[in-house]
Amino acid sequence: MAKEIIKIENLKRYFKVGDETVKALRGVSFTIYEGEFVTIMGTSGSGKSTLLNTLGCLDTPTSGEYYLDGIAVKGMGKNERARIRNRKIGFIFQNYNLLPKTTALENVELPLLYNSSVSAKERAERAEKCLREVGLGERLYHKSNQMSGGQQQRVAIARALVNNPVIILADEATGNLDTRTSFSILTLFQRLYREGKTIIFVTHNPEIALYSSRNIMLRDGHIVSDEYNDDIKSAEEVYRNLPEEND
Amino acid sequence: MNIQNLFKIAIKALGNNKMRCFLTMLGVIIGVGAVIAMLAIGQGSKNSIKAQISEMGSNMIMIMPGAERRGGVRQSSDDMQTLKPADYEAIVNQATGIAHITPTVSSSGQWVNGNNNYPSQAQGVNTQYLDIRQRKVAEGEMFTESDVKTAAKVCVLGKTLVDNLFPDGTDPIGKVVRFGSIPLTVIGVLDEKGYNTMGQDQDDLALVPYTTVMKRMLAIDYLQGIQASAIDENRTEETIAEITDILRTQHKLRDDQEDNFSIRSMQELAQMISSTSSMMTVLLACVAGISLLVGGIGIMNIMIVSVTERTREIGLRMSIGATGKDVMTQFLIEAIIISVTGGVLGILAGAIATWMIKLFAHWPVQIDPSSVILSFVVCTAIGIIFGFYPAAKASNLDPIEAIRYE
Ligand SMILES: Nc1ncnc2c1ncn2[C@@H]1O[C@H](COP(=O)(O)OP(=O)(O)OP(=O)(O)O)[C@@H](O)[C@H]1O
Ligand SMILES: [Mg+2]
Repeated sequence: MAKEIIKIENLKRYFKVGDETVKALRGVSFTIYEGEFVTIMGTSGSGKSTLLNTLGCLDTPTSGEYYLDGIAVKGMGKNERARIRNRKIGFIFQNYNLLPKTTALENVELPLLYNSSVSAKERAERAEKCLREVGLGERLYHKSNQMSGGQQQRVAIARALVNNPVIILADEATGNLDTRTSFSILTLFQRLYREGKTIIFVTHNPEIALYSSRNIMLRDGHIVSDEYNDDIKSAEEVYRNLPEEND
Repeated sequence: MNIQNLFKIAIKALGNNKMRCFLTMLGVIIGVGAVIAMLAIGQGSKNSIKAQISEMGSNMIMIMPGAERRGGVRQSSDDMQTLKPADYEAIVNQATGIAHITPTVSSSGQWVNGNNNYPSQAQGVNTQYLDIRQRKVAEGEMFTESDVKTAAKVCVLGKTLVDNLFPDGTDPIGKVVRFGSIPLTVIGVLDEKGYNTMGQDQDDLALVPYTTVMKRMLAIDYLQGIQASAIDENRTEETIAEITDILRTQHKLRDDQEDNFSIRSMQELAQMISSTSSMMTVLLACVAGISLLVGGIGIMNIMIVSVTERTREIGLRMSIGATGKDVMTQFLIEAIIISVTGGVLGILAGAIATWMIKLFAHWPVQIDPSSVILSFVVCTAIGIIFGFYPAAKASNLDPIEAIRYE
């Protein structure tokens, strides 16, 4: 039996907007095991981002239980949650969110700067290793604004990997990229999956479900389906067959 | 969280905006520079006054005719004639606290030697003047008590007068010069003292027996003043009281009448001058302090703008594990770096300004180490105080909202 990385029970998240209450999550339960590549899908406004923020300890649920790597997140203080984000979670955003005027290496080092148990030397080594893993070994000292969207997203992925998180959370990680670049990023995620990383990938592109091991569908804050995929398609093949453009 | 890492982050962030960072610093630089320069000027003038006073002798007592002048009201000439030689004699005979005493009368006019002349004064004094003013006769000798008694036509000249009346360098001793129409024999030359700290030429001085000035030059029977030195510097107050009693008796003043003379001690004068200069220093420092405050507000302003501008960056830092305290410390460090660097540069700027003032305006200046330490401490405090609000604002941001901020 694989290790439980994420376990949520009847998770609810309500927002108060004026007099009204927006019910973004209306009771969501699932368990994600180590080594799964889960896509979360749903229409716009179905609660995907809200769910991911909660899983990423950025947001607190209105009610329900959340265990991350066996630890109950509920009732944690701000600082404890910051520490969890720093040590256990790798977050990837749709718009990359790199520091401007800063080199790739420094961007990737960032999470480790907030971890005083990592020395400066180890920090640089780990950041460099992660950048090589995402194929940016040649661009360590390029500034973030000198890179293409695909390259910036790779830097963001390297940054999410650098702290050896128990789970990688990606919110529309390919949303800003063209098809070809999207598939190259997806190839990278599939490789991380094969290496045993646990990944949650939020998207509203139904096609992407074919490349993950499990797909959860959300609608109006409910889970409408939760299916395992036995026949995972290879993103790399698709990427190779796509006509080459100037990348 | 490692404070060293936060320093790195803060320096990096400041480096991304060098121009703005420098302009913000400029406020602090000017403020601190002004404080340093102002305090240096204040301290310098205070020191120079002190030096001057001790040069003149801090145990000096000056007695002047006429009631104490208040609010610059002029007194009639009668009032200015209340000090008589008899008063001087009475003080000499009765006062116990006086070491040396001399009457003073002076006359302005031309000193003439052949074709050379020089406008100056004839200072009428007795032999004790030298002791009171701590002067010496360098060549020849001082006139004697008997010269004073006989109103002898002799004089002792200062170096400036000698140079002007004997430009060819002949020995003045024994020569006869004229002051106005009166021929005077030069019997001595005073020691050279140069300019004092207030820029007066202390060698532009000619001493003549006071009786000579009174009888032969001015034809008056009163004294323009009396100068004395107290035996004990710490008992000048008592000595003044003693002289006051003697003079009141001499002048037959009733209890309800005011003094028709006034007595000042050098100490009193020193206090007066130094309190005025202290007040000036405080005023100057206040003005400079205000500019430092404005510099501090500049820091706060820029930090607030910076926090708003970098909301997304803050959100990102928080989402990858920075705590509120980390963010707050980072922004505080940024503010302190600006203020402390500005402070150090300001101290340099102040030192340069002080040096220029000394070089070009010849003002007496002195940079007090305590003013440097004070500016440094104040700068750090300003960084903390004015950086605190923006830093707290940054640390209270919600990570999700911050990262979505456009
Ligand atoms: N901070 C908030 N305040 C109020 N309502 C919110 C807030 N965040 C999300 N919501 C609401 O919660 C619902 C779910 O939002 P969410 O962002 O999770 O959707 P999503 O599935 O990520 O959509 P998209 O695909 O467009 O990103 C929406 O109706 C949204 O308006
Ligand atoms: Mg979303």
